[in-house]
Amino acid sequence: MIILPLPHILIFSLLLFAIGIYGALVRRNIIGILISIELMLNAANINLIAFSKYTSLAPETGQIFALFVIAIAATAAAVGLAIVLALYRVRKTVQADEVHLLKW
Amino acid sequence: MVTSDQILLVPLLPFLAFVVNILAGRWLKDRAAWLSIATSSAACGIALPVCWAVFQGAHFAHQGTWLMLGSTPLRFGYLMDPLSATLLFMVTVVGTLIQIYAAGYMHGDPRYSRFFAYVSLFMFAMLTLVISDNYLLFFMSWEIMGLCSYLLIGFYFEKLSAANASLKAFLTTRVGDVGFLLGFLTLFAALGTLNFSEMNTLLAGAHKTHFVLNTGLLATAALFIFCGTIGKSAQFPLHVWLPDAMEGPTPVSALIHAATMVAAGVFLVARSFTLFMAVPNILPVVTAIGTITAFMAAFIALTQNDIKRVLAYSTISQLGYMVTALGLSGLGAGTFHLITHAFFKALLFLGAGSVIHGTHVQDIREMGGLFKKMPHTAVTFIIASLALAGIPPLSGFWSKDEILLAAFGSGHFLVYGVLLLTAFMTAFYMFRLIFLTFFGAARNPGVHAHESPALMTVPLWCLATGSVLIGIPGSPFMHHWFQTFIAQMAHYPEYDPSAFVMACSIAVAVLGIALAGIMYLRQKHWAAAVAKTFPSFYRLSFNKFYFDEFYFAYVVKPFQSLGRALFRFDETVIDGTVNNAGRATLFVSAVKQWIDTYIVDGAVNFMGTAVYFFNSIVKRIQTGILQNYLLIVFVSVLAFLFFELKF
Repeated sequence: MIILPLPHILIFSLLLFAIGIYGALVRRNIIGILISIELMLNAANINLIAFSKYTSLAPETGQIFALFVIAIAATAAAVGLAIVLALYRVRKTVQADEVHLLKW
Repeated sequence: MVTSDQILLVPLLPFLAFVVNILAGRWLKDRAAWLSIATSSAACGIALPVCWAVFQGAHFAHQGTWLMLGSTPLRFGYLMDPLSATLLFMVTVVGTLIQIYAAGYMHGDPRYSRFFAYVSLFMFAMLTLVISDNYLLFFMSWEIMGLCSYLLIGFYFEKLSAANASLKAFLTTRVGDVGFLLGFLTLFAALGTLNFSEMNTLLAGAHKTHFVLNTGLLATAALFIFCGTIGKSAQFPLHVWLPDAMEGPTPVSALIHAATMVAAGVFLVARSFTLFMAVPNILPVVTAIGTITAFMAAFIALTQNDIKRVLAYSTISQLGYMVTALGLSGLGAGTFHLITHAFFKALLFLGAGSVIHGTHVQDIREMGGLFKKMPHTAVTFIIASLALAGIPPLSGFWSKDEILLAAFGSGHFLVYGVLLLTAFMTAFYMFRLIFLTFFGAARNPGVHAHESPALMTVPLWCLATGSVLIGIPGSPFMHHWFQTFIAQMAHYPEYDPSAFVMACSIAVAVLGIALAGIMYLRQKHWAAAVAKTFPSFYRLSFNKFYFDEFYFAYVVKPFQSLGRALFRFDETVIDGTVNNAGRATLFVSAVKQWIDTYIVDGAVNFMGTAVYFFNSIVKRIQTGILQNYLLIVFVSVLAFLFFELKF
């Protein structure tokens, strides 16, 4: 069985996180931003599992942590999509830079 | 039969008339007079049976506690003894007749109902005074009378002289009233009671019980109480208000300033008679004041030309007689003269009022020959003058003779001589008045005299009848019934009638009348010649002994300058202090306002401005664009991580 060494996994998750943060910062579509945030969360999950596998005496702790993050990410996505829908009904748009009501 | 509490209605009925007239006089108009007269007559109707019962020997008294002074109860009540019954009889009868007369005299006056309201209030006060049984109630009604006197003298207040006269009367009597107040308070301190009967019992029984009288305190009290008499009864030296009081309507002069209120001062001495008897050295003072007053006023009356002023001085003179009588321990004589004088002097004033009503002049030099035009007035006026001059068998003779007898019998020959001279002058000035007014030729063709209506002449005749008959109860024809009746009140010396005294008094009266007749009917140049022969006496009499001038220079002037000085003090010091305090407050508040505006408000506003200023810089990062915030968070996290890893 091929065991991936830890640095590979970390580099992978770093790339995934970088893609996520890039997407979150540059995408104009709010749904795209939400997807990018999911990417970042998943990058974090990979890190958690990787570290728990390679360093922890009890690997289950990291996995349980990841499960929680997934659950919360799901709820966050649900709430986020609901807000997007509500916003769309009012403003007829889902572009983030077109919605800047809450400014000075 | 009389129930004693009915007596309370006697003062209360006129009070009712006062209340109705003062509140509803506007609607009552002429009926105001009838209301006053009706209540007064009703009071008379109630009072006369009570008086009659007292004349028969009855004695009523009733008291109720008014308030407690510590443990000493202060009781108010009425007392019907010979003295108050006599006065009650006189006041109700004379008062009612004068009010009937006034209904005619005041007819057409714009303040008709107001006049009768005041008169009813006066009747209420006078009747309360007469039946009151203690000094406090006496003093209260005394003061109400003073108020009524003030209001009625100043009844024609549009006239400056009337307004001044009312003020003068009020202030002058006030001097005496303060004395009276102090007097009965001193008496209360000495005896612990203000009740007349209790006072008499204490003073009379002092030698039997172990009650020690403080004679000095009692003498002070008596002297102060006599001050009240001097003020109210216009005795020397406070007599100056009464002649000026003639500015009031003539019925008022008759009722208040001749028959009743001025007699209240004499009544006060009569009421306090046991007190005056109990302390030494006070009766000579009373005698002296009375004699001086009697002589001085008669002397002034010789030369006065205003018909009412002559009568006013005559009143002062006769009040002096009464005071002299009381000073000579002649309670009976003084009271007797009070009653007879009330009748004939009220009649004289009403007669004078009738003359004024008929001619519209008051100066006797403008009258003359009025006998034919005003027969009723003239005849009744002459009857009253004869009574005043002391011609038997008219009432004045009997009472004046009693006083002369008291002076003669007690051995005060100086007093007797002065009083006899006064009696001579009295006869002279009264008949000077009559001859100038009713006889001779009419001197002023502009005067169109006419007789007064029956409403006025009928009371004149009633009073004339009274003036003739009222002396009989004190005369030998009724065995001096009145003197015996009054003698129940106190023990004082009485003298047997003396033919010499009677003869002298008749002689001087006839002499005075004859001299007046010669001087003013036959030898008309004599009067001017006498004035020229004795210029200083004439000036003294004509200028009323310069009393007004003296008081003006030595009392009124100093008070005025004192008042001005106090006013100036008030204006500069007190007002100045107040104004400066105000100014200082204004200055302090201006400073405080500056501090408030620029420092307190400035600090607050500066805070706001500073916050606003920084806010305007900081708020730029709040763009509302979601990704800007995210970028900031990201960069910040990166920066923290960088620092975390580096250090």
